[in-house]
Amino acid sequence: MLYTDIVMDHFSNPRNVGEIKDADGMGEVGNIQCGDIMRIYINVVDDVITECKFKTFGCGSAIASSSITTELVKGKTIDEALELTNKDVVQQLGGLPSVKVHCSVLAEDALKVAIYDYAEKNNKNYKGLEGFDPNQVNHEH
Amino acid sequence: MKRRYLDYSATTPVKKEVLEAMIPYFTETFGNASSIHTFGQIAKEVLTESRKKVANLINANENEIFFTSGGTESDNWALKSIAKVNKNRGKHIITSKIEHHAILHSCETLESEGFEVTYLDVDEYGFISLEDLKNAIRKDTILISIMYINNEIGTVQNIEEIGKIAKDNNVIFHTDAVQAAGNIKIDVKELNVDLLSMSSHKIYGPKGIGALYIKRGTRIIPFMDGGAQEKKKRAGTENIPAIVGFAKACEIAKENLDEHINKLSVLRDDLIEKVSNSIDDVKVNGPRDNRHPGNVNFAFKYIEGEALLLMLDAVGVAASSGSACTAGSLEPSHVLMSIGLGHEIAHGSLRLTIGDFTEEEDIDFIVENLIRIVQTLRDMSPLYQG
Ligand SMILES: Cc1ncc(COP(=O)(O)O)c(C=O)c1O
Ligand SMILES: [Zn+2]
Repeated sequence: MLYTDIVMDHFSNPRNVGEIKDADGMGEVGNIQCGDIMRIYINVVDDVITECKFKTFGCGSAIASSSITTELVKGKTIDEALELTNKDVVQQLGGLPSVKVHCSVLAEDALKVAIYDYAEKNNKNYKGLEGFDPNQVNHEH
Repeated sequence: MKRRYLDYSATTPVKKEVLEAMIPYFTETFGNASSIHTFGQIAKEVLTESRKKVANLINANENEIFFTSGGTESDNWALKSIAKVNKNRGKHIITSKIEHHAILHSCETLESEGFEVTYLDVDEYGFISLEDLKNAIRKDTILISIMYINNEIGTVQNIEEIGKIAKDNNVIFHTDAVQAAGNIKIDVKELNVDLLSMSSHKIYGPKGIGALYIKRGTRIIPFMDGGAQEKKKRAGTENIPAIVGFAKACEIAKENLDEHINKLSVLRDDLIEKVSNSIDDVKVNGPRDNRHPGNVNFAFKYIEGEALLLMLDAVGVAASSGSACTAGSLEPSHVLMSIGLGHEIAHGSLRLTIGDFTEEEDIDFIVENLIRIVQTLRDMSPLYQG
């Protein structure tokens, strides 16, 4: 099989699919050329991510990564969420075929852009966002 | 779960009769066709019989059929040898942008060796323009290689006319007929084809065997050096069981050709019509007429092909896609890009190829499930505004 059971579970029964209307933060990354686009929405209360949803155009790896990312950050503080890396995502999925890792990177980036959006709107500063430029996560994956 | 195979252009199952024909040649009649003793002579006889059957499928003479390890080798051999033999006459080759990689990558190799290659554009249905072809021919053009039927979108080129143009201009003509042999009537005596590639595993024969038709009088050099097999043109002990299987597959294909074409094209048209009528924002890739009888290719907007394949596989349907993510590459299929599809729609392509074991009930099952799966993925897509 191409993917692990965990990937297939998240792909077949994705968690937290959808939009959050008037979300506190939204991040979209990827481009149509390479075939994966990911959008993550977050709501934040007292620096805790209370809600997280996603919409993804992409392959099994991209959809499963989005799904597990929303699960991993729900209930976490923003600082904790900013520590999430692509490595964690891949690990939590039980691994990905090497040619498919690049599709999962989008999840970490989309989340970061969503938090950045929230921080900008609310004049907040987070250590994990230092030096982060959302325009630099243009995906040439 | 019942598995439904709709990827016959990728490969086919070996038919029972084919397998049965092969079996004795592994254990009982296992001789080397080059040997003097009876074991060897029996192998030699069956080799001759098999060659006749393969020749018969395309109405060639048996001495014009050379066994190879498959379509890839036949394509490599034809292009590289013809280029080498004729390099003093010229260094220009003409092909199309939608060829199989066995052709395109051979052309790249030849380019690196100093040959010049013109890659003809195709129209939105995948047809080359005969005018473009005529205009591309130069004084130093030595070879034209245009595929008979495209493996992704099913386009059947006008091989007869292309052959005439080649002949009028005294240029050698090769066609990759890997998807065509056994799926369309081919008569090399009516076509001005000098070389033609075939593969066994696309027509219910075993994998790893194929043939190159080389018209009598065509100068060619060996691709594989060694023993004197295949009239010293392709060395290596003949794979007799595979050759017997390939020959049996050709024989069956020839016998049932009309029935095969009729059956497949009815199912094909039914699938195309049902999906077009029940799903919005879907494009049918490839031509309406002059199409491989079993080829169906859709592009669904707003969704990605690999996800589509995984969901189809989950209900037992095996298909393929030209999306970048399925190829593990950055770009969607070169064929889909060449017919002018934008990236956003090329990523959502789905190829379903019908074969001899496909049934009407499979079509209905697929349509029903496609409607559901496409909607599920669209509901997940940031590009889709329900
Ligand atoms: C058009 C075309 N040419 C060449 C090939 C290669 O044939 P084979 O798999 O026998 O090497 C294929 C099969 O993938 C094909 O579809
Ligand atoms: Zn991907």
